[in-house]
Amino acid sequence: MRSINAADITEAVANLFKQANYNLGADVLAALKKARKTEESPAGRDALDAILENTRIPAKENIPLCQDCGTAVVFLEVGQAVLIVKGDVSKAVNDGVQQAYKEGYLRKSMVIHPFSTRTNTGDNTPAVIHTTIVPGNKVKITVLPKGGGAENMAKLGMLLPVAGRQGVIDFVVKAVEQAWSNPCPPVIVGVGIGGTAEKAMEMAKHALIRKVGQPSPDKENAALEKDILHKVNNLGIGPMGYGGRITAFAVHVETFPAHITALPVAVNLQCHSARHRETVI
Amino acid sequence: MIKGIILPLTEKDIKSLKTGDNVLLSGTLYVARDAAHRKMIDALDRGEPLPFDIKGQTIYYMGPSPAPPGKVIGAAGPTTSVRMDAYTPKLLAKGLKGMIGKGVRSPEVKDAVKKYKAVYFAAVGGAGALISKTIIKSKVVAYPDLGPEAVLRLEVKDFPATVINDIFGGDLYIEGKKKYSLAQ
Repeated sequence: MRSINAADITEAVANLFKQANYNLGADVLAALKKARKTEESPAGRDALDAILENTRIPAKENIPLCQDCGTAVVFLEVGQAVLIVKGDVSKAVNDGVQQAYKEGYLRKSMVIHPFSTRTNTGDNTPAVIHTTIVPGNKVKITVLPKGGGAENMAKLGMLLPVAGRQGVIDFVVKAVEQAWSNPCPPVIVGVGIGGTAEKAMEMAKHALIRKVGQPSPDKENAALEKDILHKVNNLGIGPMGYGGRITAFAVHVETFPAHITALPVAVNLQCHSARHRETVI
Repeated sequence: MIKGIILPLTEKDIKSLKTGDNVLLSGTLYVARDAAHRKMIDALDRGEPLPFDIKGQTIYYMGPSPAPPGKVIGAAGPTTSVRMDAYTPKLLAKGLKGMIGKGVRSPEVKDAVKKYKAVYFAAVGGAGALISKTIIKSKVVAYPDLGPEAVLRLEVKDFPATVINDIFGGDLYIEGKKKYSLAQ
């Protein structure tokens, strides 16, 4: 067994949320620059210019990339040979969120009761935490501050198995078309296929933390990603929905076996400000 | 070409603005999101006045991140406008002339934009740090209990926006998509 202090998790989470809200990953920056080169629409190019200019400001001025600093989504992969000591792990994560959003001048966007009082919690907690137990003696923490505009465009379809590959493509393309200008395109399209309703959506969300445009290691999934991306970019929505060729940077597909009756498909969209960071303790 | 516009919008400005125009707005903007809209509509339903005189004004759909030391405001980009759609026609009927947000509006809002002669602009979502540079003053004027959703009065200089819906029925989201869509 290896012991890890809960306080170390708090510190890591706080640093990751600050970094994620101030600096885009090199992969996202490269995707933006590539989109700017390829985009044919003048209005789309203007939007991409503004987005790129925006990325040069935050770190030096203590202003985050976007005022929507998101719901604090956290993926924890905990090695089974790890013993977390001196504190509760969920509290450790939430303390990290609280610290980052306070010290980092990040917007607190969580409200306590979703359908009635909607009073702000004041510190952007609670985080949405997805924990998996994995082999090993380390803890991998990935944070994803997830903006509301794109998250609100998520779709779940419990398709009939007869719908097959084409049914999946049609469902995902339609979800992006219906989302239209709302999720701040160019987007990353996270797709989860199989499992159960909640498993499909969790995969769709998890797919968003993959390096942008890196194909799935599964050949069939990679081919599906390519086919969906082609169709999505033929929609013409373009950057910020002003019309154009680049509606999505990439489509990321994750799959899981499904019940004999079922073909669940979940779509979770990531705005162009694809902010996520990870570390291993 | 980019047009400079002084706020509040004049009737002449509104007539001259067309879908797809890029503008730089300078002057006063009011900030309100859905929570503030709900409170404003509740006030109107109770026969009470709005927290500011809305006649001729422009509302920016935005909730900023906190201002770091030495800054007027934090990141200050637009939020998704659809959440305001249920409240917007009532405010347009009360004299609201401009809205800034991002994303498509409902048919009811688009009809009201034409009927009451107003303009819906978009700002670039996710460019909150860049947009903050154009805000020179910020003051909470109502509902401070809403935190990041309070009503603010801003003074802006050369705030970049694009006309989405004009008084002639134009819609940049529809026109742009039509222009660049390819056969599936």
